[in-house]
Amino acid sequence: MTRNYGLKTLRNSKIFRAFIIMTITLGLSSNLSASESSSDDEFKPGDIIMHHVMDAHEIHIMDGVHFPLPIIVKAPNAVDFFSYSRFEVAEGSDVKKYTSPSSGNTYIYEHGHIYMGNEAGEIQMDAEGNMVAPYDLSITKNVAGMFVTMFLMLLIFMTVAKSYKKRSGQAPKGLQSWIEPLIVFIRDDVAKPSIGHGYERFMPFLLTIFFFIWIANMLGLIPFLGGMNITGNIAVTAVLAVFTFVITSINGNKGYWMHIIRPPGVPLGLLPLLVPIEILGVFIKPMVLCLRLFANITAGHIIILSFTMLIFIFANTSGVGVAYGVSIGTLIFSVFMNVLELLVAFLQAYVFTLLSALYFGQATEEAH
Amino acid sequence: MSLLTILLDAAIGIMGAGIGAGIAALGAGVGIGRIGGSALEAMARQPESTGDIRANMIVAAALVEGAVFFAIVLCLLVVLA
Repeated sequence: MTRNYGLKTLRNSKIFRAFIIMTITLGLSSNLSASESSSDDEFKPGDIIMHHVMDAHEIHIMDGVHFPLPIIVKAPNAVDFFSYSRFEVAEGSDVKKYTSPSSGNTYIYEHGHIYMGNEAGEIQMDAEGNMVAPYDLSITKNVAGMFVTMFLMLLIFMTVAKSYKKRSGQAPKGLQSWIEPLIVFIRDDVAKPSIGHGYERFMPFLLTIFFFIWIANMLGLIPFLGGMNITGNIAVTAVLAVFTFVITSINGNKGYWMHIIRPPGVPLGLLPLLVPIEILGVFIKPMVLCLRLFANITAGHIIILSFTMLIFIFANTSGVGVAYGVSIGTLIFSVFMNVLELLVAFLQAYVFTLLSALYFGQATEEAH
Repeated sequence: MSLLTILLDAAIGIMGAGIGAGIAALGAGVGIGRIGGSALEAMARQPESTGDIRANMIVAAALVEGAVFFAIVLCLLVVLA
C-alpha cells in the first residue's frame, strides 16, 4: 500500500519540517552587517556585474542585508561546518579569516575562494607555490538555488500526482490543468517524434530536465531574492550535459555505434576523415548542449545588469540629473530584456530537452 | 619588425575580442534571419503546417545560436583573462 504524498502529508513530513527549521535558523543567523567597502571607492561596473553573475557564499540582497550561507570545508585533518558570517576582518589587516574552534584550522576567504592559512593571515602555500585550499563543499548561492528548485518541483509534482490519484477518471482541476498540457507537450511533441517506439523509458528524465532547467532559469530572473544564477554556472550545465551523454551512450545500440565507427555506404577513402569527426561529435554534442544553455542564460543576465549599470555609469560621469533622465529609457529596455529572458528561459529548457530526446532517438534507432 | 610588437599590447587583444563578438553577432543575425525568412515563406505557402514549421524553426535557430554563443564566450574569456 503506497503512501499518498499530498500537501497535508508534505506539511507533516519530517523532511519538510527539517527544511523549514533550516530556513528559519539561517534567517535568524543573518546579521545586518555594515556593507563592506572595497579599499578604493572607484566605481567598477564590470566587477559589480561579475559579482552578480557568479556564485557566492552568501545571498547578498541589498547593501547591508546579507544572508550568510553555511560553509562546509574538508581540510586534511577535519571537516568544518560554520556560517559565512563567522569570517571576520581583523583590525589593521584586510584579510578575511576565521579560526575554527573544533579543528584549529584557520580559513582565509579571498575573492570567493576559501584557503587554508594561519593566524597571522597568510595563506598556506604548497611545494609548487600554489595556495592550499580545502575541499569546498559549502552550500553556496547556486546550491541553495538548486535546493529551492528541487523543493518547488517536488511540491508541484507530488501535489499533481496526488490529485490525479484522487480524481482518477474525472476532468483535471486546479494545478493539474496547469501541468497536464506541459507534460503532454513534452510527450507528444518532444519525446514521441524524436524517440518513436520505446519513448516511455526516457520520459522521466526528459520531464525532470525540462522542468528543472525551466524553474532554475526563472529563479535567476527574480531580482531581489538572491538572484540565484543556477544555470548560468557552467558546472551545473556541464553535469546536465553529462547526464545526457551517459544515457545516450548506455542506450546506444549496435546500429548507433556502427554509424560512428563505420558509417554505412561511405567509400573506404573517406573513412579516415569521417570517423574522427564522428568520434569527436560524440563528445562535442553534449558539450555544445552545456555551452548553449550556459551562454544563453549568462549573456541574458549580463545584458540586463549592463542596462542597469548604465544608470550608475551616467551618474558617475555626467551627474545625477542625467542619470535620472537615462533611467527612464534604461528601465524600459530592462523590462523588455527581462520579458525576453522569460521567453529564453522556456526556450532553452525546451531546446535542451528536444536535443536530448533527439540524441536518445538516434541511439535507440532501429535499423531501417 | 617594431610594428609587430604592437600586437603584444593587451589592449589590442581586447579590441580583437570586441571585433570578434561583433562578427559573431553578425553571424547570428544572418543565420537566424535566413532561417526565419524561409520559415515565414513556407508558412505563407502552406498555412496549415504553421505549427510544424514554427517548431523546426526554433530548433534550427537554437542550434545556430549555440555556435554563436561559443564565439561570444571565447571573446569574453579573452577580455576577462
